[in-house]
Amino acid sequence: MIRLTTPITEAQIRELKVGDEVLLNGRVVLSRDMGHKFMKEQKPEWLKPILENMVIYHCGPVVKKNADGTWSFVAAGPTTSIREEPYQADVIDTYKVRGVIGKGGMGKRTSEGLQKTGAVYLHATGGAGSLLAERVKRVVDVKMLEEFGSPEAFWIIEVEDFPLVVTMDSHGGSLHEIVAQQSQERAKALMG
Amino acid sequence: MSECVIPTLTSPEVVASKSILPEGWRADLANPKDLDLTLPVTELLRRTTSRLPQDVIDAIVKGRDAEEEGSRAFNTLNDMVRNINLADGQVTPLCQDTGSVIFWVRHPFGLSQRAAKAQIRAAVVEATKRSWLRPNCVESLSGKNSGTNMDPFHEHHPAIHFEEWDRPEIEISVMQKGGGCENVGAQYRLPDAALGAGRDIKGVRKCIIDAVVKAQGQGCSPGILGVAIGGDRVTGYEKSKELILRKLGTANADPKMDAFEKEVTQDLNTLGIGPMGYGGVTTALGVHIEEMYRHPASFYVSISYMCWSSRRGTVTFPASGQPSYDL
Repeated sequence: MIRLTTPITEAQIRELKVGDEVLLNGRVVLSRDMGHKFMKEQKPEWLKPILENMVIYHCGPVVKKNADGTWSFVAAGPTTSIREEPYQADVIDTYKVRGVIGKGGMGKRTSEGLQKTGAVYLHATGGAGSLLAERVKRVVDVKMLEEFGSPEAFWIIEVEDFPLVVTMDSHGGSLHEIVAQQSQERAKALMG
Repeated sequence: MSECVIPTLTSPEVVASKSILPEGWRADLANPKDLDLTLPVTELLRRTTSRLPQDVIDAIVKGRDAEEEGSRAFNTLNDMVRNINLADGQVTPLCQDTGSVIFWVRHPFGLSQRAAKAQIRAAVVEATKRSWLRPNCVESLSGKNSGTNMDPFHEHHPAIHFEEWDRPEIEISVMQKGGGCENVGAQYRLPDAALGAGRDIKGVRKCIIDAVVKAQGQGCSPGILGVAIGGDRVTGYEKSKELILRKLGTANADPKMDAFEKEVTQDLNTLGIGPMGYGGVTTALGVHIEEMYRHPASFYVSISYMCWSSRRGTVTFPASGQPSYDL
């Protein structure tokens, strides 16, 4: 088990390999479909200090506003990452992001982006919304809440021992590619 | 994190003690005009968002126990059980994607569907306010979120299917279907040359295997599949979703189809996709298949994929008395 705390250096990322189990600590920035289209097309400057050497989490949480105006996360598991495939490599490059958390894995373009910039794809258990929300210690800030709505906003949170597995590394390795290939071969055999 | 977690759902008494329905709440269907479904349906949503049906939990545990202890597949299924216990105990959503909310209402003659629709919609708004549901209803092009789970055209979300029947009670079932698993559903038109699938049961089998391979872990495997053979593009998909309401482990009424379901499930579990696509022997928890009639020119195979967090529940209102929940 490897403990990592954001911000993360490129050297730390280059050491990670597919299959490594990671407990993540520190700040994480949530972004999904609207955020990724927005980052690729508009490249807003104000996001640079927020994202540099940080980790993006593909997640649209269930949130609760507390009486004192602060926010809590009620459920916060990953959403399917492949939808960000057209944007992810550019976002990683523009903002020097070191990690992307999601589920289901990503494709070739993203894998190339991870290799070029020095970043990893970290897999969280899909559907484990309550379990993962427990590891969210604090909601630090939220950007674009009005414009995007709560599932799509840039939530900035602090996590403690957030359980992840490296399934795509910065050296071209991808567990998703291996499983896909093997299952396609098996399907061919089953179909005769 | 690898010790075997035992599922410990709270008892029916504890669930009842947390109910938002006032004690002694009764329905009298003889006076349907006085009937207000808002509270009992809100209570149904409280349960479905935080509790999985026992048959689904049993299937997840069975899947975990089939995996090698300590493997990633085992640990992932174990975390799913851990999440099930946690969500139930604290009444929080099992998954942050509380899904599209789909209702099936079966009722005797005399119920106003217009009134029932307004009450069910009010229940969804209330459940959203209480953070039991995420606001999941956005304008398509602008992406603007209504914030309430309401589609202002009063048409498509929440989806409500009404059917009048000749029984005295009202039965309302709900499904919370996540977007990730909805995205990996598929509709095939046979014959399909690329798949080598003809208009027969072998062709149907190829479609199912193809859909599951394309889905990989993206629909949050292990999945539950509803498969409709025939119908048209709309009725086929509609039926395929309804089939997910069937309890896992119950037999198909057609013995031939029942055997086919079991055989296909076994095939799918040899694909090696496993929980969340990590690899493993638990790729599908069940496959439910039904044959429909079709136009002679069309042969559709419509497949709905439900994630492992198969949230469904039913409330039944007797002609007179307290409603009962199956969850």
